[in-house]
Amino acid sequence: MIPASFEYLRPGSLNEAIAMLSEHGDEAKILSGGQSLIPMMKFRLSRPACLIDINRIPNLDYIKEEDGYLKIGGLTRETALEHSDLIRSRFPILHDTSFVIADVQVRNLATVGGNLAHGDPANDHPATMLALDAEIVATGPQGERIIPIKDFFVAIFTTALRPEEILTEIRIPMNGSRRGGAYLKVERKVGDYATAGVAVQVTLNDRGDVQRAGIGLTNVGPTPIKATGAEGALAGKQLTDEGIAEAARRASEEAQPSSDLRGPAEYKTALVQELTRRALYRAWERAKK
Amino acid sequence: MIQQTSPEIGGMGHSVKRKEDRRFLLGKGNYVDDIHLPHMVYGQLVRSPFAHALIKSVNTEAAMRVPGVLAVITGEDLAKAGLAWMPTLFFDKQMVLATGKVLFQSQEVAFVVAETRFAAADAAELVEVDYEELPVLVDPHHALDADAPILRPDREEKSNHIFHWEVGDRAATAKAFEKAPVRTEVTAVFQRCHPAPLETCGCVADFNTATERLTVWLTSQAPHAHRTLFALVGGIPENNIRVISPDIGGGFGNKVPIYPGYVCAVVASLKLGRPVKWVETRSENLQSTGFARDYHMRAEIASESDGTVKALRVQTLADHGAFNAAAQPTKFPAGLFSICTGSYKFPNAFCEVDGVYTNKAPGGIAYRCSFRVTEASYLIERAMDVLAYQLNTDPAELRLKNFIRPDEFPYETPLGWSYDSGNYAAAMNKALEIAGYRELRKEQEEKRRRGELMGIGLSSFTEVVGAGPAHTFDIAGLKMFDSCEIRIHPTGKAIARLGTKSQGQGHETTFPQIIAQELGIPVSDITLEEGDTDTAPYGLGTYASRSTPVAGGATSVASRKIREKARKIAAHLLEVSEEDLEWEPGKFFVKGAPSKAKTIQEIAFAAYTNIPPGMEAGLEAVDYYDPPNLTFPFGTYICVVDIDKGTGEIKVRRFIAVDDCGNIINPMIVEGQIHGGLAEGLGIAFMQLISYDESGNVQGGNFMDYLLPTAVETPYWETDKTCTPSPHHPIGAKGVGESPNVGSPAAFVNAVVDALSHLGVRHIDMPIASWKVWQILKEKGVAA
Ligand SMILES: Cc1cc2nc3c(=O)[nH]c(=O)nc-3n(C[C@H](O)[C@H](O)[C@H](O)COP(=O)(O)OP(=O)(O)OC[C@H]3O[C@@H](n4cnc5c(N)ncnc54)[C@H](O)[C@@H]3O)c2cc1C
Repeated sequence: MIPASFEYLRPGSLNEAIAMLSEHGDEAKILSGGQSLIPMMKFRLSRPACLIDINRIPNLDYIKEEDGYLKIGGLTRETALEHSDLIRSRFPILHDTSFVIADVQVRNLATVGGNLAHGDPANDHPATMLALDAEIVATGPQGERIIPIKDFFVAIFTTALRPEEILTEIRIPMNGSRRGGAYLKVERKVGDYATAGVAVQVTLNDRGDVQRAGIGLTNVGPTPIKATGAEGALAGKQLTDEGIAEAARRASEEAQPSSDLRGPAEYKTALVQELTRRALYRAWERAKK
Repeated sequence: MIQQTSPEIGGMGHSVKRKEDRRFLLGKGNYVDDIHLPHMVYGQLVRSPFAHALIKSVNTEAAMRVPGVLAVITGEDLAKAGLAWMPTLFFDKQMVLATGKVLFQSQEVAFVVAETRFAAADAAELVEVDYEELPVLVDPHHALDADAPILRPDREEKSNHIFHWEVGDRAATAKAFEKAPVRTEVTAVFQRCHPAPLETCGCVADFNTATERLTVWLTSQAPHAHRTLFALVGGIPENNIRVISPDIGGGFGNKVPIYPGYVCAVVASLKLGRPVKWVETRSENLQSTGFARDYHMRAEIASESDGTVKALRVQTLADHGAFNAAAQPTKFPAGLFSICTGSYKFPNAFCEVDGVYTNKAPGGIAYRCSFRVTEASYLIERAMDVLAYQLNTDPAELRLKNFIRPDEFPYETPLGWSYDSGNYAAAMNKALEIAGYRELRKEQEEKRRRGELMGIGLSSFTEVVGAGPAHTFDIAGLKMFDSCEIRIHPTGKAIARLGTKSQGQGHETTFPQIIAQELGIPVSDITLEEGDTDTAPYGLGTYASRSTPVAGGATSVASRKIREKARKIAAHLLEVSEEDLEWEPGKFFVKGAPSKAKTIQEIAFAAYTNIPPGMEAGLEAVDYYDPPNLTFPFGTYICVVDIDKGTGEIKVRRFIAVDDCGNIINPMIVEGQIHGGLAEGLGIAFMQLISYDESGNVQGGNFMDYLLPTAVETPYWETDKTCTPSPHHPIGAKGVGESPNVGSPAAFVNAVVDALSHLGVRHIDMPIASWKVWQILKEKGVAA
């Protein structure tokens, strides 16, 4: 397992990194946790001529509450989400997600930014971020721009990031007090990618109606899927058993899984339905607290 | 009964901490890939992307131009030296590097040697091979079809049929079936899986052009046999070959065969006069080295209406891939599969096996089992459950009814084995009691009424291990004895060397414990060495749970030889006759006068300083042990599962393992072996499969898809034991390493089938993934 040869660059600042990216164009790849990129390089499925290691760039590793947003720095490790009190208490859905990603060793290195930037429909955070209506902050030669998460995943392994841009922050709106979310994943064993995964986030208004519902699906299509039909079925209504069943059914219709070693497509479709149902009940529980 | 020694001596029955662990825990193990020699270079294999294709040409020019590349060896190069093919360990031959055509995906096609691993990897990509694809044969059931491509035109027999083997009385069995009121059958595939040892295979071959000696550090479970094979096949005088198995990171049968990479490294070292290291990657290991199982089986049982079994008939198709690279005793083409009558009293039995070629990786090795015992045990334990459902009997009761009784040993099976000892009901009753079997059944009934799915699976396996007696057992002609040589130093410390080779089993601890038991020398004073053919006595190696039954016998007998000499020296020192002496572990004393004694340490010193007149100096012995019979460990496993109706996920709630491996040397190590084997069994039952698509592309050829269970998936193992010593073994031990892998798959599968049995489910093939369960639930209309 030896990658093809490559040049290795290690910028000390964001500006330096962007300059390097601008110079090398799409010959270059950003290296953050390396947990997806390096395996692909070792299988020689990816052969970047140049690696730009962003791990020494300061001030990109944080989790904080600011201006009505939860802000996660582009270099924040998965393990940091797992151990953050802010995440645990306010965003249990993110805690759920980190906890089922890979294993402890991988999570110690893997970054949330990399998990999104990789554009892998099998990764777990994309679904969560779709459910949370997150925003991606991309920093390039012209400065920052904001990409709504629903526009971020373009195709398999392809995102809206431009070659000279770095994902520097993830912003999650914190509006509404009665919020609850959950992430459920069926995997063949710990460390495996999802056979199917469902992220659900609901915000209830004062009357207990669903103010907004976000639902994201993992590994049941060429990109992470935002189940807008299912979301629509819930919005503005009380949560009921029937409503949840209907939303789960719609979510399963929005999934486009293919058959593989993890199981036949019809199984994955059924999983989406079952997991959506279960995740909605759990999210509801949490929102009521 | 074995006399208990003091904790300082640490003989049999003491849970002595593993002596080898300190160096492993400190990162000071010494594995093949840790070997670094001056001027060492690196090999990398080029492998076929196709499952069946003609090789039109191999162009090595571009590869040779990569800086640092020293050689690119092709099949044609080897053919010139008569080395393009090598014999397998079972009456077949195998390509070292392909000539003419390739027969499986990932087959070895060329070998690149370079100054660095990196250059070798880059150059391997640049070897241009022009292939022309041929029709591919994947399904063994079609191997004998008239229109199937003939894979091996090199053979005289122009057919994909490798062998037919049968044992038992066909006619008497057929008659018993005709007469029996109850007949049942099950068709079960024991899927192709892989031992996947943590350390992959590799070697460092170092041919010294000055001394003309070849030293090979090898991931070998059988270094002595490998040396002989290198000499016979390679034509190098055997005294000029030294094989060293350093620390080995798990073998499980995967490190018994000789692989093309080893041969290429040796050839490259001969050619270049430099040490050549070749270590395969994980994917290479899974895709090209010895796989296990791939047995497509059918069992039929005939019984009385009360469940008394009358006959067993077994038919099996064995998929060996492109070459029959099974490593097993030469008289047994299907290994010891005829143990398939298991723990039960079948008056009649007949078993036949046909082996075929397909376009898949070669093998058929014994993955943590004595040559197909796992397949056999799985089959009979599944079939007994199917019979129980048919008769509407409790599977535990059906087993208890049909067990061979303790007073019937030694028991001759209709397929030719002589079981040494057993008490099957005792092990089963203990397991049932620990499980709380009756309450579990009650709980299951209640849950069923509520629509919940819970299952209880049993497996009461009988194993056959410790190959084997010289009259029947040999590998490539070499009789399957094993050996131990013990030297006691003047200060009473000792070194022992064995013909076996630990791959993690704890030999450095357990064999000294046998010596401690026999001689009373503290276990901490005894060093154990294995794996260096220049120093260790010849033996056949470690696999098939044979180390304790065979080399353990040698260790015990060699110790006793030393004790007999020690008695003579003690008599001389104490000035009494030998008959006046009595032994207790660690010393001889004069009968009736226990204070007049000589310790084994004093005796050892005298062996070098105060030798009795007419006696040879020194205190050493060697024994080559030919076991009179195999040993037959057994046990009962009980598995309890809960099934999630919404997702098909299976949760193993409890697993109870009662093992009987005869007298135990180190209880802690035995328990560790059982934990490890059960985890493997769980992986096999629920996760593991190497399959091929219709083009012969291997699926499950890396750890993304070939899944190894972790602590998260494995339940708490509730282990216990009964003890029925082997009557013919010097220390009454039987061997245990394989029992959990052999016995557990049936328990897991039986539990899942049991959870669904009220829906009419009788069998599910492994690996039982969640989606399979969900499909069944959907079909039966009970999916949530
Ligand atoms: C054994 C194993 C199991 C795994 N299981 C799971 C799982 O179950 N679920 C799951 O979600 N993930 C899983 N992963 C993936 C892992 O969790 C990481 O999320 C993933 O590897 C990406 O994060 P990284 O920091 O390692 O990114 P890298 O591997 O360093 O980069 C991935 C890609 O993103 C780009 N990139 C990285 N950071 C940035 C940035 N800041 N800006 C722009 N582009 C960037 C890189 O150029 C590269 O193309 C697994 C990984 C392994 C090795």
